[in-house]
Amino acid sequence: MRRIGPFLLEPRLTPSRPVVFGVSLAAVVAALLVGAIVFWAYGLSPWRAYAAIGRGIFGSWPSFSEVLRRAIPLVLCGVGLTLAFRARFWNIGAEGQLLAGAVAATGVALFLPAPENLRLPLMFLGGFLAGALWGLIPALLRVKLGVNDVISTLMLNYVMVYIVEWLVHGPWKGPTMRGFAYTDAFPLSARLSYLPHTRVHWLTLVVGLVLAGLVSWMLARTRLGYEVRVVGQNPEAARYAGISFIVVLSLVMVLSGGLAGLAGVGEVAGIHGRLRSPAHISMGYGYTAIIVAWLARGSPLAAVFTALLFGLIFAAGDSMKIALGLPFQITGVFNGLILFFLIGFDLLMFWRVRLGPKGKAWIGRVGS
Amino acid sequence: MDWAGWLISTVSRALAFGVPLLWGTLGEIYAERAGVVNLGVEGMMILGAFTAFAVSQSAGRPGLGLLCAALVAGFAALLHAFITVTLRANQYVSGLALSLFGLGLAGLLGRGWEGKPLRNPMPTLTVPGLSRIPVLGPMFFQDQTALTYIGIVLALVLWVLLFRTRFGVVIRSVGESPATADALGINVGLVRYLCVVFGGLLAGVGGGYLSVAYRPSWTEGMTAGMGWIVIALTIFASWDPLQAVFGAFFFGALYHLSYRLQAFLAPELLKLMPYLFAIVVLAVSGFGRARWRRRAPAALGVPYVRGER
Repeated sequence: MRRIGPFLLEPRLTPSRPVVFGVSLAAVVAALLVGAIVFWAYGLSPWRAYAAIGRGIFGSWPSFSEVLRRAIPLVLCGVGLTLAFRARFWNIGAEGQLLAGAVAATGVALFLPAPENLRLPLMFLGGFLAGALWGLIPALLRVKLGVNDVISTLMLNYVMVYIVEWLVHGPWKGPTMRGFAYTDAFPLSARLSYLPHTRVHWLTLVVGLVLAGLVSWMLARTRLGYEVRVVGQNPEAARYAGISFIVVLSLVMVLSGGLAGLAGVGEVAGIHGRLRSPAHISMGYGYTAIIVAWLARGSPLAAVFTALLFGLIFAAGDSMKIALGLPFQITGVFNGLILFFLIGFDLLMFWRVRLGPKGKAWIGRVGS
Repeated sequence: MDWAGWLISTVSRALAFGVPLLWGTLGEIYAERAGVVNLGVEGMMILGAFTAFAVSQSAGRPGLGLLCAALVAGFAALLHAFITVTLRANQYVSGLALSLFGLGLAGLLGRGWEGKPLRNPMPTLTVPGLSRIPVLGPMFFQDQTALTYIGIVLALVLWVLLFRTRFGVVIRSVGESPATADALGINVGLVRYLCVVFGGLLAGVGGGYLSVAYRPSWTEGMTAGMGWIVIALTIFASWDPLQAVFGAFFFGALYHLSYRLQAFLAPELLKLMPYLFAIVVLAVSGFGRARWRRRAPAALGVPYVRGER
């Protein structure tokens, strides 16, 4: 226990849900306050900036639906990452896994002679498998050769970015696209439909929500889920209990990468209708999903809500670009700030603050 | 084309491209030797690159630009140290946040500076005497900036400091066993702060080199993942400043070849080579497990709390 002024700080081992929620909310608010300073430093009135964002997002249903649209890939990637983080596997590679899914979906849409009504299911399947493969590689590398997972997943992002660049500039470049680095447009049977007046490709959204539920159930109720949790929380105990690391981590990364791959399918089949340069396909969804998963504290269901929050930030980035002429990089600044404050505030959750009795001289730490 | 000329220019350019990697890696080695992983190198380097360009362009003095780049990146590293050492938060996540934030901020502030060449870039040197040696002269002693040579000397100095002085023992013990170091009266927090900030200073110079010397201009995202290569190089070099020299110039050669070989292979496929190679190198060093992998500082990535084990 420590004393600061009139307050006593007591450690607590397991913070309750309201505390976790309150501290997380405080972190986001603090980040927005610092964001106000960034606006001010950029020569904008923070008040007017936030007002413009509010109008840009909440003004009408089509503009608000952009929040949902942006949240779709974040839900899928974020749910997958919560699973990986539960097993304490540092999957920083959702960006590359998403792009792998987009590539596979494009391959199926343009080059696989399949019956029209089977085309979309095959695209989703192919996207899942490609993302899963791109996720499986770092899992095997870590278990078999001790390759650091942060490095391998990150490097594979860059590898996939350049593979996509190569495809759209080279072999897959559409003959009808002249100077642009696009593939040909997908046939209609390979496109996802929207909710009316929006760009919300609802099928991907439904898939994401269902999978969030499934992964959550798997973590809580199945043997695999149990093993994932043990591997993450206490690797020594897992080894002692005879849990196979290679099986558990491989399955975790197949699912984690596969979910990100599905997000890639949604982007090409829902939004773009073709493969194009990686910066347009993803805009950093895979990296943002890390924050989505971290803020959700390992809960796939909570990741649905945190994905919505970051969908909001992406949509805000769009309206800042339109209303204030700010470059889209502002979303990176906000994402970084929120992440900083989240982990900075983490310590708060493990201390209870209350007014101490007067008069007594507490010296330093007692007990604890 | 003659082979000698080709080889000479390849080695010379590899040296030049390896410089930012070398400076970044030397800094990260010190941070990790003290037990703190900093994944924010990419963010610190890009902040350094932007700062160096903006200051050099305004003040007309690239040296001043590099100094400011070091200070800005050092300040960013201070933030990482505060979050991971004082607040004891997760080092991986804090570093990622720093990279996201740095890339975003540099992109935001750098909008108006894009596409203009730097008016007076850092001068290249011709070492008197040595540069006239056939073959070796043009390879190593022409067309390099001072930072190439300072970097190599710095690596030597840092190696001696780390492995041959009491000062180095203090740093290494903090990274290997902070509890023991603490019991011996070493201020673990202070050592970690100093090493992380030192790492930031060097990463800032590495980033600044890109925008005032290697390619004297500013483009968004010009570090292009070099910061992540630095993290891989730190492992590849077994946390040893001298091995970092070889690793950095080896990857410098890879980067350079990815431009050089464009006549033979699609440029996009060549550009992914350094990243693929970083994985391959780490995987191959995983084979000789016992000898290679033991050298990671034992307390790397673990926040130190007195009284906890």
